[in-house]
Amino acid sequence: MKKILLENDHVEGIRFFEAYRKHGGYRSVETALKQMGPDAVVEEVKKSGLRGRGGAGFPTGMKWSFLAKPEGVPRYLICNADESEPGTFKDRYLMEFLPHLLIEGMIVSSYALGSNRSYIYIRGEYAWIVDILEQAIAEAKQNGFLGKNILGSGFDCEIYVQRGAGAYICGEETALIESLEGKRGNPRIKPPFPAVKGLWDCPTVVNNVETLTAVVPIINMGGEEYAKIGVGKSTGTKLISACGNINKPGVYEIDMTISVEEFIYSDEYCGGIPNGKKLKACIPGGSSVPILPANLLLKTAKGETRYMNYESLADGGFVSGSMMGSGGFIVLDDDQCVVRHTLTLATFYRHESCGQCSPCREGTGWMEKVLKNIEYGKGKLSDIDLLWDIQRRIEGNTICPLGDAAAWPVAAAIRHFRDEFEWHVLNPEECLKRNYGLAGYADPIHVPVGS
Amino acid sequence: MSEQLIKVTIDNITLEVPAGTTILNAARMVGGEVAPPAMCYYSKLEGSGGKCRTCLVEVSKGSEKDPRPMPKLVASCRTTVMEGMEVKNITSEKVIDARNGVVEMLLINHPLDCPVCDQAGECDLQDLSYGHGKAGTRYEFPRRTFDRHDLGPYIQLHMTRCILCYRCVYVADQLTGKREHGVLDRGDHSQIATYIERSLENDFIGNVIDVCPVGALTDRTFRFKNRVWFLKPMNAHRDCPKCSGRVTLWNRGEEVYRVTARKDQWGEIENDENGKTGWICNECRFEKKQTSDWVIEGPRDISRQSVISQNHYLKVEEPQNVLPEVMGGRNPKLLMDIHDVSDVNKPEIHLSEIQGPATSQTFEDNSNINPQ
Repeated sequence: MKKILLENDHVEGIRFFEAYRKHGGYRSVETALKQMGPDAVVEEVKKSGLRGRGGAGFPTGMKWSFLAKPEGVPRYLICNADESEPGTFKDRYLMEFLPHLLIEGMIVSSYALGSNRSYIYIRGEYAWIVDILEQAIAEAKQNGFLGKNILGSGFDCEIYVQRGAGAYICGEETALIESLEGKRGNPRIKPPFPAVKGLWDCPTVVNNVETLTAVVPIINMGGEEYAKIGVGKSTGTKLISACGNINKPGVYEIDMTISVEEFIYSDEYCGGIPNGKKLKACIPGGSSVPILPANLLLKTAKGETRYMNYESLADGGFVSGSMMGSGGFIVLDDDQCVVRHTLTLATFYRHESCGQCSPCREGTGWMEKVLKNIEYGKGKLSDIDLLWDIQRRIEGNTICPLGDAAAWPVAAAIRHFRDEFEWHVLNPEECLKRNYGLAGYADPIHVPVGS
Repeated sequence: MSEQLIKVTIDNITLEVPAGTTILNAARMVGGEVAPPAMCYYSKLEGSGGKCRTCLVEVSKGSEKDPRPMPKLVASCRTTVMEGMEVKNITSEKVIDARNGVVEMLLINHPLDCPVCDQAGECDLQDLSYGHGKAGTRYEFPRRTFDRHDLGPYIQLHMTRCILCYRCVYVADQLTGKREHGVLDRGDHSQIATYIERSLENDFIGNVIDVCPVGALTDRTFRFKNRVWFLKPMNAHRDCPKCSGRVTLWNRGEEVYRVTARKDQWGEIENDENGKTGWICNECRFEKKQTSDWVIEGPRDISRQSVISQNHYLKVEEPQNVLPEVMGGRNPKLLMDIHDVSDVNKPEIHLSEIQGPATSQTFEDNSNINPQ
């Protein structure tokens, strides 16, 4: 498969302007600003069928067309680089190795949306990447791709990098806007949506790093051409950050037509599971999407092969499916304990809840405590039902999706691995010594493809 | 935009409200049970609401134009009505279930120290738990606690009781020139604080006590002096150069125990006749504790449901006693006849025929029983 985003990621010096330009960089800016109008760029993105890469998978072209355009009011583009979802590190890879690709994508997108001041809100922990981006911006400015009257088109654009302070919640777009305004990062109540009232009450679009970089190939190759890659409504390529019990963790670009089985076992991608262990479970899209046991991961409930794309991963809803999410692919082998794993996630969400609305503030802490009891052999069988009840009352009742994100992993773990929870309760001594539960979920495939 | 009326149906009651009204305010126009409870929303504070999630309602029909139901329950305090919208509050099981869940969540870290809390009797959370809470708790862990802090000479902050409604933050933002307290930290350890234990000095900061739905912010000049239901609320006013001077005095005999702003049936501070909210200044609230400081207008009406109004009613009709009729002419002291459940004692003794409280001897010695 031909890589689109990561085509040149191993070229020496690609981080700097000369090498990037030599390998075809900033072509899309020239195309867009000289030959196309802003509306034509939006049209091209619409045609491409590009879906938001941050997690929700909302069509980007449609999001852009929702942007309100009142006279005399500035509009803003914000790049959401607050990548904090456990298991997701694709944006970091992009920004660290191909900073100019992001800057290029942002210039084109700013042009399309009419944003003269665009922001990159970057996760506070990515401190060294700020310097990389700042340098890329300075280089782009030196070469006339940023600043006043870019390439003689009359379009002015500045890009600013703003560091967050290490809060997961600031990856939620309205919390991000609050934080960017210098306030406490509490999500806003929607409506009004940012497309109408965002940064400083002006119309704002917030897009993920990968979404904005994908605009570059869309302009270069044309939206229709881009839409031919992939399958159905999952067009283009997607970066997957694979980690966990696999031989080759890392960031992979896939074209969404390969099966999950191929992705895990083929040498081109994850390279199988180390030490001869078996696949037990997997979180296919970052920590907040539901975990799937091996049998449901490789095949859908209907017995069809599951593919690495938005539709196929979501097949079966939450009962027997999951989500593409942000592409944080976490693989668990049969040594891993789902209860402990769920506890880790619950601790994370308890720590990252902003504390604004009551179900999430109180519920995440409660879930963590109950899970801790079960993990350390102090649980009761009724605790499992209690956990289910708590997550049910958090999900959907909160201001922002963090409540859902905290509830889904717990719900899915209980749904698919209830007997492992019960085993923990019934074998309190053994569960302290052994770090794994049941082996009954080990993968049913005997001869993995591509190995 | 004036007087454009919109038709909305809440719990099968249809009414017309001005455009831009929120579902909660429309439901308050209906009143009674139909009005969802609100712990964080405060109509006099701009931007409040949406946080506590107790006012969640189900929108079963979005509007006339787009009749699709809304996929999730919505916070009625921050959702405006649309033409033809149909809302379910107490008629929706989903809403009741979610609300019970929210109340449970609000209570798991609340100390439930109502017997020693000054807010008891006029506490929104207390009312809410009576309406929606369970008798027991499923929470088996130590509750989150904080130290008490004095925010200056007048206000005490008891963060353990706080439900993080942010109302006091909005008061400081909108009433005072400079906000000196805010929310620190996040998640279940977030807290209202001044960061370095400063005191709140503004002349109008005392209003945070009135807006606090629980006993987290209390009046230091009133703490542990009396229970609110022993006091008689009186409307009073004085000429105050700083504020409207319209207050409620809480008296016992001649003594003024505390001064608060006048609160309406939703627990919010009333507007005066000019439509301005009756916030009062610190001087009126904390310094003027003599009846001679005030012109007393008369007793204040308190909602009949409130514990404060207990024993303040005359000519109350007692409910008809139907028990003798049900029990065949007998008027038993105990509803359950003990002989139904125990055969140790003597079934021939009728409990209702015993004079005074029954003891073990009653059943041994028949001479205590009155002759038939």
